[in-house]
Amino acid sequence: MKIAVAIDGSENALRAAKHAIQLAQYVPEAHLEIIYVADYNKAKDERLLAQSPESLSLKREQKVHPILELATEAGVKADVTMLKGTPSLEIIKYVNDKEIDQLVIGSRGLSTFQEMVLGSVSHKVMKHVDCPVTVVK
Amino acid sequence: MYSLKQQWFGNVRADLLAGIVVGLALIPEALAFAFIVGVDPRVALYASFTIAVITSFVGGRPGLISAATGAMALVLVSLMADHGLQYVLAATILTGIIQLILGGLGVANLMRFIPNSVMLGFVNALGIMIFMSQLGYWFGSTTTAFLFAMITLILVYAIPRFFTAIPAPLIAIVVMTAIALFSGAKMQTIGDLGTMPNSLPTFFFPDIPLNFETLKIILPYSLALSIVGLLESLLTSQVLDDMTDTPSNKNREARGQGIANAITGFFGGMAGCALIGQSIINIKSGGRGRLSTFTAGVFLMFLIIVLGDLVTKIPMPVLAGVMIMVSMTTFNWGSFKFMKQAPRTESLVMLITVVIILYTHNLAIGVVVGVILSALFFVAKISRVTVTSHEGQYKIKGPLFFASTTKFIQSFDNVTEEDIVINFEDSQLWDESAVGAIFKVVQKLEGKGVKVKIVGLNSSSEQIYKKLL
Repeated sequence: MKIAVAIDGSENALRAAKHAIQLAQYVPEAHLEIIYVADYNKAKDERLLAQSPESLSLKREQKVHPILELATEAGVKADVTMLKGTPSLEIIKYVNDKEIDQLVIGSRGLSTFQEMVLGSVSHKVMKHVDCPVTVVK
Repeated sequence: MYSLKQQWFGNVRADLLAGIVVGLALIPEALAFAFIVGVDPRVALYASFTIAVITSFVGGRPGLISAATGAMALVLVSLMADHGLQYVLAATILTGIIQLILGGLGVANLMRFIPNSVMLGFVNALGIMIFMSQLGYWFGSTTTAFLFAMITLILVYAIPRFFTAIPAPLIAIVVMTAIALFSGAKMQTIGDLGTMPNSLPTFFFPDIPLNFETLKIILPYSLALSIVGLLESLLTSQVLDDMTDTPSNKNREARGQGIANAITGFFGGMAGCALIGQSIINIKSGGRGRLSTFTAGVFLMFLIIVLGDLVTKIPMPVLAGVMIMVSMTTFNWGSFKFMKQAPRTESLVMLITVVIILYTHNLAIGVVVGVILSALFFVAKISRVTVTSHEGQYKIKGPLFFASTTKFIQSFDNVTEEDIVINFEDSQLWDESAVGAIFKVVQKLEGKGVKVKIVGLNSSSEQIYKKLL
């Protein structure tokens, strides 16, 4: 069974990842895919806030690494996929292309107004992926 | 790197579509930048056309969108006010020549020395200056004008929530201009600024006296434009490299910017550079190759020639509304968090860069001062040398060079032992000053009858030590 978790370095994503790892422990032959999408809309700001292109890739690595470690500690086989683009679209494409069986995703916990302005990634993903989705609060 | 054919025709369909989107998105900004400088809209539109088309051939980063920009416009404001359009064009040509030379000398390699704190200061000051340049249109005029600006601003933020195929600013402008026309609201329009182009730009020499006096007027502007243009273009190249996971030739990009500006000046356009926002729109819309930039330039010109009359009807407050959004996205809102987390010297460099730019109204001066400051802070940071001693064993920690030798020498002022060992295991000798300082310490101590032994020099330190002593 292929379980995927989409993360963005936030607290909510960490909770989602922990849940996904737990899930993977219960399922025999489970394989965990950790997906991180570098958001095109943040490309400029991320570059400006990082010292150099190298420190930018390190910062991204730092978001994924702790989760990979958690998975290894828990004895779960895990792989990391780094993507670039619009997070919701990239997640949907990846999950459908790779025939993922279960997607776990964190909710950003935005207020109604923020959601109206920013849009909810988890909501959009939920509508368009072909597999069951768990949204972790 | 990809072959030239791939750079042009490796992504034809998506490049054409993205180019059309970017061409649409370029129009409002070009008009607004013309307004900032105080030139005819034609000057910015011609510039956007020629710069985009030329850089699509000679630029170093496929997919990069270059055109008339706010940063360059802000540099040109006082030149235009004091000396007029012909000098703006001449300064543009000279900017191109300077950038071409700098590119030939490998200026892009210097990009390494511009820390992100300076770049943050640059974009933040740029955002603030664009914002300030629009305020007159918000509060200095009628209630109608204010309302139009406000509704436009709301629209440019609201539209992308529902519809993203066409750039929101363009939709907002079309809608608001239509409302203005049908309601008969009286406002200043683009048409009041000057005439719209109805043909392709033509080649001519700027009407200026070719003497030393002219050079004295335009050179400071051209230098500032060169720095600002290269900084923004190379920064944007880096952002696109990251987005597309492909490398690019930055020195070629610098030369390309130069060629584009030099030619643009002869075709009646003002200086430009890469646009971060538009380049990101291009990549997001699927543009990757040179064809996307080319299409953007050509489509922009096509629209202006066909729709020129309608464009003159656009009310200025509507553009002012769009520009507020541009200033908001230019400003880096993560800077506040950056100031809390980054080392204090880096926050200071950013703040000083912003303050100097806002005070001098010159983006280039802020960048230069910021770079010098951060270099000094860096030297101060790494020139920390500590000397610890334990029963005649002196351990040196930190690099020894011209800025750190004083502290090193002082540490041996009060030696009480008769026999000491100076250990350089955690140090590195960099220059004459380092070797001279060691020599001085040894001489002074031996003069007092202390026996000195030097150990732990690493191989490069040993080499410099032996070579100089």
